[in-house]
Amino acid sequence: MDHTLESLAAEQHAGGGVKEIWKVTIILTVLTLVELGFGFMMMGMDDGLGKHFIKGVIIILMLAKAFYIVGYFMHLKHEVRNLIMTVVVPLFLFVWFIIAFLTDGNSFKDNKNKWDRNHKERSKEPMPEHEEGTHSLE
Amino acid sequence: MDTTATTTTGLWKGGRSPFKVEYGKLMMWYFLMSDAFTFGAFLIAYGTTRFATNGWPNPNEVFRSYPLAGESAHAPLVFVSIMTFILIVSSVTMVLAVHEGHNMNRKGVAKYMVLTILGGLAFLSCQAWEWTHLYHEGAWWGSNPFPNADGTISTTNFTNFFFTITGFHGFHVFSGVVINIIMLIMVLKGVFDRRGHYLMIEKAGLYWHFVDLVWVFVFTCFYLI
Repeated sequence: MDHTLESLAAEQHAGGGVKEIWKVTIILTVLTLVELGFGFMMMGMDDGLGKHFIKGVIIILMLAKAFYIVGYFMHLKHEVRNLIMTVVVPLFLFVWFIIAFLTDGNSFKDNKNKWDRNHKERSKEPMPEHEEGTHSLE
Repeated sequence: MDTTATTTTGLWKGGRSPFKVEYGKLMMWYFLMSDAFTFGAFLIAYGTTRFATNGWPNPNEVFRSYPLAGESAHAPLVFVSIMTFILIVSSVTMVLAVHEGHNMNRKGVAKYMVLTILGGLAFLSCQAWEWTHLYHEGAWWGSNPFPNADGTISTTNFTNFFFTITGFHGFHVFSGVVINIIMLIMVLKGVFDRRGHYLMIEKAGLYWHFVDLVWVFVFTCFYLI
């Protein structure tokens, strides 16, 4: 069968139609509301394990939202499997990317605090009062 | 051309699109993937810097105002959640425009494209207000009036990354609005009806959803955590 643009346009029809659109809309709204709920919950909390746990949950919710937007709104879920793979597989580089760089940043901080005493002292000084609307550049 | 030959010898023997997708749309996907790496690099640079810094400003103290609120406003997350919902809704209207395009319904496509453009403009207006507000508080590239959460001296990295990344995203929203306006004009002139398909709306839609997708990450990284 020859593929013309019209036949390709017709093949894009797969998927749940308007019903699916509204379902995904509701899911995205609920996920956002839950995220905001966690955001408000974190406000009164001190830094610690509990706060880090909530931040982890928020990141998982963020990835779920990304899945619904890419999968349903951008229709990737209904594309040919090989196409999905060529788009999604390279993105797994991010796993290494994130782990490597965040660890690097963290070890930079630890080393600097350990070996550069002046840096550590300075980062304990309180911030001087700031004048409203002034720019240090000007 | 012998049609039976191509159907029996597999997807990659020619005569058909192995991915069952038009060339332009496939390239849009790869462009968006590369753009995801650009935004990813920005956000990871932000994360790395944050991990490498003692202390960081509390976003709830920085982003706590909304239009007409006055100086003492303390409403963290409120304004940015409105911005988030504006973008989600405009994404939904974009899907509906694509859906109407499948049905070759010119009026439906035009209606939802107008709504999508309005959503984009509303988001840009919100961002313009937020930037102006922060600027008047003394925040800009190279200038950070907000102390760390524990009151200690902060670095300008906080504002540098905020303005760079939300600015880069805002520029994407702006180009998306321009693209959508061009698409709307083409729809109204009946260009796609003459072509016999609305694939162009799908490509613009992919770009628009990507803008929404990036905001999901920016919103989480800057305002929530």
